[in-house]
Amino acid sequence: MADTALAHGADHGAPHTTTGLSNNKLGMWIFLGSECLLFGGLISTYMLYKGRVSAGPQPDQIYDIPFTSVSSFVLLMSSLTMVLAVSAAHRRDDRNTNLWLTVTALLGATFVGGQVYEFTAFYREGLGFTTSLFGSSFYTLTGFHGVHVTVGIIMLMALVGMVRRNRIPGSKAETVELIGLYWHFVDIVWIVIFTLVYLIPS
Amino acid sequence: MAIIERPSAEIAVAGAAPSGVKPSEALGVFKRPAASTSWKDWLVTVDHKKLGIMYGVAAFFFFIVGGVEALLIRLQLAGPEGKILSADQYNQMFTMHATTMVFLFVMPMVSAFANYFVPLQIGARDVAFPRINAFGFWCWLFGGIFLNTSWFLGGAADGGWFMYAPNSSTLFSPSHGIDFWVLGLQITGIASLTGAINLIVTVLNMRAPGMKLMRMPIFTWMTLVVQFLLLFAMPVITVALFLLSFQRSFDATFFDVAAGADPLLWQHLCWIFGHPEVYILILPSFGIVSEIIPVFSKKPLFGYPIVAMSGAAIGFVGWGVWAHHMFASGLGPVSVAVFSMATMAIAVPTGVKIVNWIMTMWGGKLSFTVPMLFAIGLVVQFTIGGLSGVTHSVAPSDTQQTDTYYIVAHFHYVLFGGAIFGLFAGFYYWWPKIFRKQLSESLGKWNFWLMVIGMNMTFGPMHILGLQGQPRRMQVWTEARAGEGFFNIGFWNRIASLGSFILAVGVLLFIINIIYTHKSKKVAIAPLDPWDARSLEWMTANPPVEHNFDSIPTVNNLDEFFHRKYAEDPNTHEVRQVATAEEVLAELNAHPDEHIHMPSRSYWPILVSLSLPIICYGLIYNRLLMGVGAAFLLLTMFGWAMEPSTAPDDDFDPPAPGEGGGHTKELAPLG
Repeated sequence: MADTALAHGADHGAPHTTTGLSNNKLGMWIFLGSECLLFGGLISTYMLYKGRVSAGPQPDQIYDIPFTSVSSFVLLMSSLTMVLAVSAAHRRDDRNTNLWLTVTALLGATFVGGQVYEFTAFYREGLGFTTSLFGSSFYTLTGFHGVHVTVGIIMLMALVGMVRRNRIPGSKAETVELIGLYWHFVDIVWIVIFTLVYLIPS
Repeated sequence: MAIIERPSAEIAVAGAAPSGVKPSEALGVFKRPAASTSWKDWLVTVDHKKLGIMYGVAAFFFFIVGGVEALLIRLQLAGPEGKILSADQYNQMFTMHATTMVFLFVMPMVSAFANYFVPLQIGARDVAFPRINAFGFWCWLFGGIFLNTSWFLGGAADGGWFMYAPNSSTLFSPSHGIDFWVLGLQITGIASLTGAINLIVTVLNMRAPGMKLMRMPIFTWMTLVVQFLLLFAMPVITVALFLLSFQRSFDATFFDVAAGADPLLWQHLCWIFGHPEVYILILPSFGIVSEIIPVFSKKPLFGYPIVAMSGAAIGFVGWGVWAHHMFASGLGPVSVAVFSMATMAIAVPTGVKIVNWIMTMWGGKLSFTVPMLFAIGLVVQFTIGGLSGVTHSVAPSDTQQTDTYYIVAHFHYVLFGGAIFGLFAGFYYWWPKIFRKQLSESLGKWNFWLMVIGMNMTFGPMHILGLQGQPRRMQVWTEARAGEGFFNIGFWNRIASLGSFILAVGVLLFIINIIYTHKSKKVAIAPLDPWDARSLEWMTANPPVEHNFDSIPTVNNLDEFFHRKYAEDPNTHEVRQVATAEEVLAELNAHPDEHIHMPSRSYWPILVSLSLPIICYGLIYNRLLMGVGAAFLLLTMFGWAMEPSTAPDDDFDPPAPGEGGGHTKELAPLG
């Protein structure tokens, strides 16, 4: 909520802030900075433990690289559709904003669906959450990422509803852009995870 | 709740025309609460000053709780074979003493000062995200209460405040104490993270015109550095706490050594958080004394840019020294050498600050008021604690000192002698600003001297105890092994216990001082500017009005308030007073801003944060309760998002042409 006295000018166009960035956007950037360290901690834990398999399957025995590549591609494409949504919002084109937001949410949901499938497949192959250090750290890392994508999907769908009912205060384009920042961040984190977890052999 | 459609008080103050008020459409239960003077207003407030006071009061309560825990520890150790606490109770006592003092006293007390004074010091009317600010306070409070309910539900956490795994796994710590600890700190962690984002955005984005970064008061500077430290340190401890709670609640294997786990994982994560954390605790107090020493020396702060930048340097280097907490864990010679050097290096910017404070006092017209005494107390005692800290950076020496009372002596000198003395300096200095009355100077001097004597009697002997080999966290010492003569640990333990009670009397005098000041009719209302201060927060009424400044000042100088009161005579180069504080304030208020929008009160911050302890109790006792808590969380978040952005009785500007009357449905999606 940026409706304090100083940001008052936001209703009438340019926000009156010291940096020129709106409070919400600066807040989102700073929050994402913090998220880097959250994933940094989780990724470090995984890197430390990926080779420690006291029981159950080894990483390279269960990873299905082609399948995960496809779902990664889907997630990366959702960044493209997110950009299209932001661009439509800047053009004040509500119809296309909503269209691309919905497509982004669907692509994200496809990725999460792929992750659910992958988790069940791994579980059937004998990798439970408590099986080994590898199992615990794998599910924790990718699970945290999956939760972030899911939260993103909820935000996208809420945004679609709010755009449709014309219930967004201040600049609509900026609100779409904020969710976009979060969404791109989650995608970039996945590029790191996909490379470190799946592509580099243990 | 009845909503009376009328212009609110601040509009009347601001002189806005009541005809400009257009109450927004009421949205049933999603209405904003109206302003009121009852106690209920404190539950729904988003005013940074009220939240600051609430942080302060609640944190001081936890200070007393943590202090009683400390006194019990000292009673136990006052004689050989102490019988007051069992070994198990003793473990809980030192764990909760540290946790309470760090997470429930110093950090929130810093939040109290930062919330109250940062917007005032930069010339803002509130923080960037007022509802999130309120949410952070309630999260912290509920987290702290949740943590302390473990005392009544089968015992508190007993693993020491850094809670080394695997000792903290269910195998070695089967009671629920550590579950409460882990989950409670997760909740208070949310408060730290949201507070960090909020204050960083506030400082970067909401400065008054002309308030450049290098014109900000040092307290604001240190707050900014600390909030960046919190921003990056909190997620690391969050990961560690998640790993531990997954292990304890869902049988994950992170710290299961039989499965090949590395016990150093927890230590690294804990200290990557933990070392920046010690700067999080001390830097705000550095900021407070950097405000106080110039005022009572009648001189500008010596080397202002150096003080600001050395604080930032401490913030950076603070990330590269964490493993000096782990010299005894077998890191290997290269790591030990690197961290040893880095630790020596971080003493440099800290020493620079001490030199700056001394140079500020040098040649100044010193007045030894109570805030100044506490500030000087910090400078002296922190220097002692800092020097014993440098001895830790020497790894071979540190290996001898690890886990002895020497470490306890060191960190109490920097945290009690440093951080807490800084906070007390802040209490005395800013008391008239917040509560209109000045705390008694004579009682304050008793308060100060008893605390100095008590603090040095308690923690000074611990250097000797530690070097004699008394391990920390042992619940007894025996006469047979106490040693002879000057180094008899029995003697020094008794001195330390005696000192702790003198310290407690000192703190008690502070409480008596508060009661005396506010009950006694002899204590008059303090003048507007009792200390002849230098920075913007004193350019407001005592206490500041809800919107802080009737008109936002334009800043032309470092120490703006001072420069408005004093000017240099161009002929004689003599600095003399050109205006009183009252005149400065009257001039500033001569042309008040119109249509001041203050953020409206909200029910949702307290309700959303209330769901978090419910979820956590559910996680420990009953998964069904967890579901109820989660549902409550979702519902309240929905309420938060659907809340109209203004209260029905708020000031309202007419919508800009072309916006089509959408103003009645304005919602605040992000916070």
